[in-house]
Amino acid sequence: MTKVTVAKEDVATSDELVVLKSVNKHFGALHVLQDIDLTIARGEVVVVIGPSGSGKSTLCRTINRLETIDSGTITIDGKPLPHEGRELARLRADVGMVFQSFNLFAHKTVLENVMLGQVKVRKADKTKAEEKARSLLDRVGVGTQADKYPAQLSGGQQQRVAIARALAMDPKVMLFDEPTSALDPEMINEVLEVMQQLAREGMTMIVVTHEMGFARSAANRVVFMADGRIVEQAEPNQFFNNPRSDRAREFLSKILHH
Amino acid sequence: MNVLLDHLADFREGFIGTVLLTLASGLLAMILGVVIAGFRVSPVPPLRMFGTAWVTLFRNTPLTLLFLIAWFVVPVIFVPGLSPWTKALLALGFYTSAFVCEAVRSGINTVPMGQAEAARSLGMSFSQTLRLIILPQATRSVIAPLSSIFIALTKNSAIAGAFSVTELFGVQKLLSDKGFPIAWIFLWVALGYLVVTFSISGLFRLLERRLGVAR
Repeated sequence: MTKVTVAKEDVATSDELVVLKSVNKHFGALHVLQDIDLTIARGEVVVVIGPSGSGKSTLCRTINRLETIDSGTITIDGKPLPHEGRELARLRADVGMVFQSFNLFAHKTVLENVMLGQVKVRKADKTKAEEKARSLLDRVGVGTQADKYPAQLSGGQQQRVAIARALAMDPKVMLFDEPTSALDPEMINEVLEVMQQLAREGMTMIVVTHEMGFARSAANRVVFMADGRIVEQAEPNQFFNNPRSDRAREFLSKILHH
Repeated sequence: MNVLLDHLADFREGFIGTVLLTLASGLLAMILGVVIAGFRVSPVPPLRMFGTAWVTLFRNTPLTLLFLIAWFVVPVIFVPGLSPWTKALLALGFYTSAFVCEAVRSGINTVPMGQAEAARSLGMSFSQTLRLIILPQATRSVIAPLSSIFIALTKNSAIAGAFSVTELFGVQKLLSDKGFPIAWIFLWVALGYLVVTFSISGLFRLLERRLGVAR
């Protein structure tokens, strides 16, 4: 538990990194995001939870504009999200994204996966990029797998490579879209440990997850979403022990007691 | 039998003509087809429209009509003084590029959406995503249809013979006009085409085996 307090103290010296203001989005008739206001401070770890279909993945994907929004504004480090094009690409390079289905490049080795963004987007020198890639792979514990292809790795290993790939860009903020939902139970922990470590090191993180344990131990703030709205935001202990809204209470009662 | 031996030089010249025309127009069709496929999946609407127009135009026009246009319209309106061989190359290449484009586009659609999303999340541009991530993975599923397209191209190149380009099928006309037995001529011409088409399917089978992407 000591790890957690470190992460929480970091927030004291923070400013606003990601700001969503009255964001709305529809999928056809479905109003999937309804007037979302959310501010994430530098160094903050925000965990988004909620029942499936509540819009939490969509929310995560709007932040690097993998999903467009119908109205409202999203700013990252003071800059509003630009339209599709060069400028958006530059901004995306500063926002790390980790997907539920890993999405490692299937035709590239693990090492190449982690080098590609550095070389092609950051225009880094190849030797330097390889050095950095190898040290990141070591850091997430898959250094020995560098020359294998993604399909030869377990799900947990693939997801850790995906985290290394995102980190290689030196992102300002990391988005995690249900990073452990496609993993076998025994592999969930190895991924969560890497994420815990990142949180301790002060990375700004937005994590959509069903892992309540992670939310409790690593989050500075829990955002609870239901039916396209943010129903409740609170510090994790407060949220899990004493939720204010009925909807959150109902949700927690369903998942915490079997 | 004698027809072949007596006119080996003619047959050889025709065979080489067919091979060269097929190779050159195949190359042109490949380059154009991949570029136009890129246009068709591009986020830029004018490029998408251009791609769609290109495919609609060249896929739906009879090849003979394209040859006629290359012979009688292109020299008047666009560039005069093209050799018959170049005109045949353009007609065949443009026509086939429409089919290559659609095969490549279907290959692009087989690559999971997440691959492009991951590439874009890293900050790659559209063309980087297409070149570095999508096309290399699309290649394998495009091989089989491409093989058929190039075999069709080989046989389509026979139309050039009717427009006085030296190629295999034209040899048939030349010799049958001289009164040689037509059945034998056709047999040798057909065998010549078989050599080319079998080589193409063999080559593509080899490629298919080489290019497996494990998922």
